Amino acid sequence: MHSRWKRLGNEQTRTALLALIPSFVIFCAFTIYPIFCSLYLSFFNASLLSSTRTYVGFNNYINLLQNPTFQKAVKNTVHYTIGVVPIGIALSLCIAVLLNNKLRFRDFFRAAFFAPVVTSMVAVSIVWTWMLEPNYGLVNSLLAKLGIAGPGWLTDPAWAMTSVILLSIWKNLGFNMVIFLAGLQNIPAEVNESADLDGVTSFQRLRYITIPMMRGPIGFATIVSMIKSMQVFGQIYVMTGGGPANSTMVVVYYLYQQAFEFYRSGYASAVAWVLFVAILVLTLVQNRLIKSQT
Amino acid sequence: MQAQRLVIFFVLFTFAIFMLMPFAWMVLSSFKEADEVFTYDMTWLPSTISFSGYYRALTEQPFLKYGLNSVLVSLIITAAQLTTSALAGYAFARLNFPGRNLIFMVYLSAMMIPSQATVIPSYILIRKMGLIDSYAGLTLPFLAGPFGAFMMRQFFLSMPESLEEAGIIDGCSRFQVLCKIVLPLSKPALASLALFTFMGAWNDFMWPLIIINRDAMRTLQVGLSLMRADLYPDWPMMMAASVMATLPIIIAFLLAQKQFIQSLAFTGVKY
Repeated sequence: MHSRWKRLGNEQTRTALLALIPSFVIFCAFTIYPIFCSLYLSFFNASLLSSTRTYVGFNNYINLLQNPTFQKAVKNTVHYTIGVVPIGIALSLCIAVLLNNKLRFRDFFRAAFFAPVVTSMVAVSIVWTWMLEPNYGLVNSLLAKLGIAGPGWLTDPAWAMTSVILLSIWKNLGFNMVIFLAGLQNIPAEVNESADLDGVTSFQRLRYITIPMMRGPIGFATIVSMIKSMQVFGQIYVMTGGGPANSTMVVVYYLYQQAFEFYRSGYASAVAWVLFVAILVLTLVQNRLIKSQT
Repeated sequence: MQAQRLVIFFVLFTFAIFMLMPFAWMVLSSFKEADEVFTYDMTWLPSTISFSGYYRALTEQPFLKYGLNSVLVSLIITAAQLTTSALAGYAFARLNFPGRNLIFMVYLSAMMIPSQATVIPSYILIRKMGLIDSYAGLTLPFLAGPFGAFMMRQFFLSMPESLEEAGIIDGCSRFQVLCKIVLPLSKPALASLALFTFMGAWNDFMWPLIIINRDAMRTLQVGLSLMRADLYPDWPMMMAASVMATLPIIIAFLLAQKQFIQSLAFTGVKY
């Protein structure tokens, strides 16, 4: 009996190893090894194209923090995040609250709000570039009909970031909406019913019942949106290329340029680690939030 | 109550129009003639429905090739992810082996590593393997991932173990139990993972952008992004290409709306 159990245990270990190996090899090669390798590289002056490198200690980090373009990129990323997250969260919460009624065409509305989430960032960025085209694009043509001369949305440094922010709010609205709709389903019906009996107005209900009870989903969506905002890249690459005059230069675009256009792999790895640590901090805050609810 | 509902409907309807406007503009522009878009007197509808934009995208531009590359790459990644995730998820959920909890913890923690933080060493690794400009280079890093393994593990744990025990008593090996009993019951989870993975692979941009230099190996997203650099943009052609780059996902979404939304709500843990 004893040896049979042992055999069964060994068989399980063998099976488990076989089952885990394909996943584990890829996971180690393209997640675990690279994250430590980029930390290592960040202490070297290295070129992406050659294997020679010299140790420079913390110089990459020091240069990075003093570099005006990187400072601009951090500032712009913060600007972008502040532009996208609060408005995006507020709008999607409003839509979710409205959609959480018995309505005709409810599925149609949900699909309409969610469609941008599933479509490719590159394609919608191209479409928005065309919409925002200053002379013949949709937005300025519509503004012209109202007698307003629209700006060069993507060519004017004063408007380029706003344009990217608008696109991103539109693109991610549906994602947060789904999180909020799921949260609203969890508010017990009796709470709303008793509020109705007490003659509470819709606004009071939103202010004193819905928002406090939705604290969890709102916190979660806020952190996820912030993390996503710090990783913004595709729309910048397609719509502005970081310009005009670095007005839309953000951290990941800066990383991409340093690594894959200027081949400064050591320096770019330092950028990668600064980004990683920032995201790590946000993720830990998020885990705290989730734990404090349960 | 009725009046309130009408107001809500009207507000949502207005919102929905704004949300769908870029899609309408994309589709309508794609059917316009090349020079028709350059008019100060903007019109929504094309004067005649012209397929010349699509024709140029598929003949003068290599979008057919890009599209085939995208389909192939996304299918390879999806098939491999389902296999590796189901296997790893099953090992984590049901099999006892030394170090299981530790490895699973590492998988869990790794989900918070952003792809941009690993992209440089991954690129160097792929180049050392001589896989630049190849399908292998495009797909290799995505053939498995911690998220898929985590998702399948959670699903397997939610299933009753008694069915599997019955299989073991009947003399099945663990692999047979997985293939014949567990996986047929896991179709919803596998479908969600497949949707999510296919969408991610189809829409992925940064990795194919850096790993491909040869035009013939480009994916739709990369090919599309390069169009933008043209000095005299051919908007109807670019809109036609955008329609082709979004259509497969939109169709899949319309057919499986519920699963899409559920899987993305679940994947809220990933971002």
